[in-house]
Amino acid sequence: MALDQLVMTKFGETAGEEMILNMGPQHPSTHGVINFVVHADGEVMKKAVPQVGYLHRAIEKIGEIVTYPGFMPYTDRIDYLAAMFANEGYALAVEKLLGLTVPPRAQYLRAISCELNRIASHLISLGSMAMDIGAVTPFPYALRERESINDLLEALCGARLTYNFHRIGGVGFDMPDDWMPLCRKWLDHFDRILDEWDRLISFNEIFVERLAGLAVIPLEMAINYGLVGPNLRASGIEFDLRKAHPYGAYPDFDFKIPFGKAYAGAYRGGVVGDCFDRFYVRVLECRESVSIVRQALDKFPPGEFMAPKVPRKIKPEAGEAQSRIEAARGEMAYYVVSDGGERAYRVRARTGSFLAMGIIEELSKGLMIADLVALIASLDVVAPEIDR
Amino acid sequence: MKELIDKIIVEQLGHDPQTWPMAQGLYLVGMMLVGVLLTTFGAIFAGLLSWWERRIAARIQSRIGPNRVGPQGVLQFIADALKLILKEDLIPTDSDHILFRIAPYFVMTGFILTFVVLPFGYHLSATSMNVGLFYVVSITALVVVGILISGWASNSKWALFGGIRAAAQVVSYEIPAGMVILVPIIMAGSLNMHDIIRAQGGAPWDWFMFQTPWAYASFFIMFTALLAEGNRTPFDLPEAESEIVAGYNTEYSGMRFGYYFLAEWGNLWVMSAVLTTLFLGGWQVPFVSMAKLTAWEATGHVPLWYYLASAAVFTLKVLVLVNIIVWIRWTFPRIRVDQMMNLCWKYLVPIGMGLVVLAAVTELLSYQLFGEAAKGQAKVGSIRDTLHFAFFLVAGLVPFAAFALKTRRNIYIVGDRVDLSNW
Repeated sequence: MALDQLVMTKFGETAGEEMILNMGPQHPSTHGVINFVVHADGEVMKKAVPQVGYLHRAIEKIGEIVTYPGFMPYTDRIDYLAAMFANEGYALAVEKLLGLTVPPRAQYLRAISCELNRIASHLISLGSMAMDIGAVTPFPYALRERESINDLLEALCGARLTYNFHRIGGVGFDMPDDWMPLCRKWLDHFDRILDEWDRLISFNEIFVERLAGLAVIPLEMAINYGLVGPNLRASGIEFDLRKAHPYGAYPDFDFKIPFGKAYAGAYRGGVVGDCFDRFYVRVLECRESVSIVRQALDKFPPGEFMAPKVPRKIKPEAGEAQSRIEAARGEMAYYVVSDGGERAYRVRARTGSFLAMGIIEELSKGLMIADLVALIASLDVVAPEIDR
Repeated sequence: MKELIDKIIVEQLGHDPQTWPMAQGLYLVGMMLVGVLLTTFGAIFAGLLSWWERRIAARIQSRIGPNRVGPQGVLQFIADALKLILKEDLIPTDSDHILFRIAPYFVMTGFILTFVVLPFGYHLSATSMNVGLFYVVSITALVVVGILISGWASNSKWALFGGIRAAAQVVSYEIPAGMVILVPIIMAGSLNMHDIIRAQGGAPWDWFMFQTPWAYASFFIMFTALLAEGNRTPFDLPEAESEIVAGYNTEYSGMRFGYYFLAEWGNLWVMSAVLTTLFLGGWQVPFVSMAKLTAWEATGHVPLWYYLASAAVFTLKVLVLVNIIVWIRWTFPRIRVDQMMNLCWKYLVPIGMGLVVLAAVTELLSYQLFGEAAKGQAKVGSIRDTLHFAFFLVAGLVPFAAFALKTRRNIYIVGDRVDLSNW
């Protein structure tokens, strides 16, 4: 009882018949160090209050201490599952401050690396979601494919997790000569793997039954809570920054935006914006990313991979710039303020996972504990991206 | 067992077991010997299965699995057991110490005692109890007592969730299981495990499973219910790692923790042996008809190879079922608590009830039509036998062939191949 009283006094709750359960920070399915204070009556929850901040590393403050290019490796640590996006967002913001134009080859390399990274990140999300529902086998399958992506990205930029590939004004390295056939071969292979994935888990009866109609986020609620990315699109809106506010090489590509359509099927109780939609939108996004990478490889332009006039010492004029990109976990925005010095006056990163955490308390009312796990997984939250 | 010792006393020692005072002592020695033998068998089977399951899971997940300790890692379970024994037997301060300590023994007892009646082959079992099946159903209920105690005594909320889930699940699924057990009992007219097997035959269409559609459906209900009672995926709610950490054994460590897993893996043998006995013809050797066996028994001399062949057939059937259960575990997700209850009470229980009635009616009609021939194995060439064969083709071979073809297609479609070279 001591623990209960401690938790209650800490959060100012009144004692009642409900059981207070601390899920996390060490729990197999909280996807990193997040704590959920679960108010449960048996298996049914009254609410689950997320407690964030266990992984706060003050990355934004570091951005004010190190130089502009020096901050780039730190952005990798904002979202270690999709580090390319964090790189790109920061690079775009600083380029705006400097007024730099990035050569097309670099933009294509950015798009290719980002889309591959998006697939890798979604694979982890899909695999861990299946594991949270209790199917262990899809997870190693997803990891196996992610390993191949890591191999490709390692061949491209020398790193497997924290890439530090995008630089202010371009990318770090040009594409190796023999990289393109390797990538094409893997894309052909991955098409079949996605079909296999659908057979293995996406349309598994138990899996669909578990997720259909669960924790439905209506579109209005999603917008009110500021959800972004796949979580927002699963609620049935076709909003993707790559199309809505195109950046980089994306205007050159032809791709669809998957959005929630109650994929679980009405007869199973599927509703637009349920957990299965959030799951399946990510599967479909993987397919679109494959198509984008193919188009980028087909149209891959010659030229420089780095803007020619990047100064050795980056000292932007005083001012501010903002960049928005469509990252794996939704819109990622950087806001950089310069006071004319070598170091940024303020760096701010806005990430998708943090926004997704806000909606959990509202959604968790009346869910079961097993469903909370599915809900967290379907929102694809990653602890370092929440806390930064 | 008693008959065997009696026989030894009469033939080898030349005493009358009724009057010889040492007979009781010999019975005791015999009982202890069999007890040690069966416990060892259960433990070693569970250990080997722990290695086998990890290897199978690894293959399913395109990994390699434990392959370091001994040839192909087969001795991994000894290393694991050694590690568990050497670990500190940690007992949480705020737990109920006595209950916390004894809970694993309930689980182990419930598991090992089932071996008393389980057949291993023709005339191979510790006892041939006339209420054998009833005994199995009741003694396995001890396992859930242990799990409930461990969940309560741990003084941990996760363990409590696991314990309560286990209690709700196992108790619920005992009901459909108990109901469909009646179907083969009605067909065989006996609760004795060996008598149930003797009422079937060696060929697949002589098994109870393929004799009537009711028995066929009963097999699947029984299979589902046993999966739930054994806490196996998709019913592994009491130890659902992603939801409630490790469920009822969250607070356990050392060999006490090992006991739970020993019982869980060993229970796979028990589950499969019960299913094999009830529905899959038990130890009946193919191509040896019951008539021939009865003729041998009449002369008082059953050839030794029949004992061995029957044990081999039984083990083979059990191992096939065990592998199917392992395969299911590494394929399916887990169902939710309310879905688990729905499945049991809304579907399995009413269907099981209906099947019992239908089986009884069928048996009555069959007796009216065929008379005494309806009992036991049918004569070859009779209408009843042809019907069984036709049903076996439709319900057994056709789905199996369709499944095999589909699997083959799925393997080749992703550019995979069946390859055991890196096993």
